[in-house]
Amino acid sequence: MIPFVAKRLWNGLLTLAALASLTFFIMRLAPGGPFSRNRKISPEVQANIEAAFHLDEPVVRQFARYIWGLMRGDLGPSTRFRDYSVNDLIASGLPTSLTIGFWAILVAGLVGIALGLAGALRRNGWTDYAAGTIGVIGIAIPIFIIGPLMQAYFSVYLGWLPVGGWNEGWRSLVLPVLVLALPNIAYISRLTRSSLIESQRENHVRTARAKGIGPTRVLWGHVMTGALLPVIAYLGPACAALITGSILIETVFALPGIGRFFVDAALNRDYPLVMGITLVYGGFLIVFNILTDLVRGWLDPRVRHGT
Amino acid sequence: MAPDLAAPRSTLSLQAARFAGNRLAVVSVYVLLAIVALCFLGPYAFPFTGQDADFDNISAPMNLWSAHPFGTDDYGRDLLVRVLEGGQVSLAIGFLGALTAGVIGVLYGAMSGFVGGRTDSLLMRTVEVLYGFPYVILVILLSLLFGGGTVALFVAIVFTLWLTPAVIVRAQAQSLARREFVEAARAGGMTGWQIVVQHIVPNTVSLVIVYGSLLVPEVILSESFLSFLGIGIKEPQASWGNLIQSGTAQMDTDLRLLLLPGGLLALVLFCLNFIADGLRDAFDPNER
Repeated sequence: MIPFVAKRLWNGLLTLAALASLTFFIMRLAPGGPFSRNRKISPEVQANIEAAFHLDEPVVRQFARYIWGLMRGDLGPSTRFRDYSVNDLIASGLPTSLTIGFWAILVAGLVGIALGLAGALRRNGWTDYAAGTIGVIGIAIPIFIIGPLMQAYFSVYLGWLPVGGWNEGWRSLVLPVLVLALPNIAYISRLTRSSLIESQRENHVRTARAKGIGPTRVLWGHVMTGALLPVIAYLGPACAALITGSILIETVFALPGIGRFFVDAALNRDYPLVMGITLVYGGFLIVFNILTDLVRGWLDPRVRHGT
Repeated sequence: MAPDLAAPRSTLSLQAARFAGNRLAVVSVYVLLAIVALCFLGPYAFPFTGQDADFDNISAPMNLWSAHPFGTDDYGRDLLVRVLEGGQVSLAIGFLGALTAGVIGVLYGAMSGFVGGRTDSLLMRTVEVLYGFPYVILVILLSLLFGGGTVALFVAIVFTLWLTPAVIVRAQAQSLARREFVEAARAGGMTGWQIVVQHIVPNTVSLVIVYGSLLVPEVILSESFLSFLGIGIKEPQASWGNLIQSGTAQMDTDLRLLLLPGGLLALVLFCLNFIADGLRDAFDPNER
């Protein structure tokens, strides 16, 4: 268990290093620089600004400087939001993104599994059809269409909830969380339904039933443990993707999270901010993948032997 | 009438029959073909293009019997023609992107699985590292690297989406590489590359069709997602993504600008998902 985690963490660190280098050089190679879009300024001022951010140095030198800062936990200064360090910006945006991501994954997991259960236990009943319809809608209609439509109906037409922003407490959470959760509700309910149906036919379930164990205990103790495996395999990367996926949500609902900082930074060539947020996302992805494997091994002894 | 027992049915015709039996998938194929035809032929029915401004009819409302059936936007450009032209871009990127990503992935995976050994572990290690990257971030960075615009978008999307077909094909190629007919081909003097192209790749076709059909909606979604964020295809060129984006900006006054491109995009995605489901059921009935 511990060597396994150590090995995965080491691999994750390598991936993160590759990601950092790739991002660094992609950003430097991309046309345009952080200060090339400003209004006309004299060459001396331009040179001074670039020197202040060490942009006049050779790229390899800049890279070394960046890695050195990274090892001390310093992500550098932002070139777009002057006077702020990337650490500050991430610290201010991350809680927003995490709050939305957390509630969305909670809603998606609970509602998705409940819908899948309803569909699998009463196949071809009305709950099954309702779950199927939600599934198809959630998978096929992208969130940047559903989001604006919900804003138009619930905020502009009915006036129940704010159109966007982050100042109205739980009321500003409802729409973003709902829209972010919807595609995942769709996937999770489909996955739960099909794996539950499969799991009900397995030998150990038949044995449990033959021994005379009640239907409720068979369902929760024998069917569900097997059926939830693919759902958990999906949930891990989905958690990371939800935090990344909030890029769109944060743009649609004008929320001050790191996803919006990222788009802004990428368009304005704010090298350090892009790097910082990329590394945060990469780190989340790696950690959630490792957690997923651990939970799967705990639920299913067969997986444990494989690793 | 005795059933025709003499002619055994080929696997392909069985699969075609199974697909034809899925009514939802068949209807989706027709709807999709109709939308494609409409997007590529429809604009010719109008005397103006999507970039011509009609200054007498700025923000004209919907009126099916006027010169602008779905009205115009705030520059006086015809909405329907713009949506159809945007559809050309989105659909072309979707199908070409899925095709390119598929071909790269299949060749890479087939080679990796067939050659095996150290090459295989090196190639698959690369894929694993790329898988560890956050997908959205990578697409955004790559399209910046290539300077924005249609080609950059295309390259960025293909670069991030060839991984899944590569992994799937590799697993298949690995088991195929041990089979007798590959041994026979090698004994007959074929080179490794010939075997990959003539024996390994054709045997992974059904797998590739199933997963390839899922790639198309994914590519279309990526395109519109990036254009929506302002990183992909930019004005004045239309694409569904940037049309939806400008539609959201004005949705409190005029929902029509959002609903037409959004509805068409959603319809295409519905069809593609149903077709992919149908293909999966037809090609591997066990995978349900």
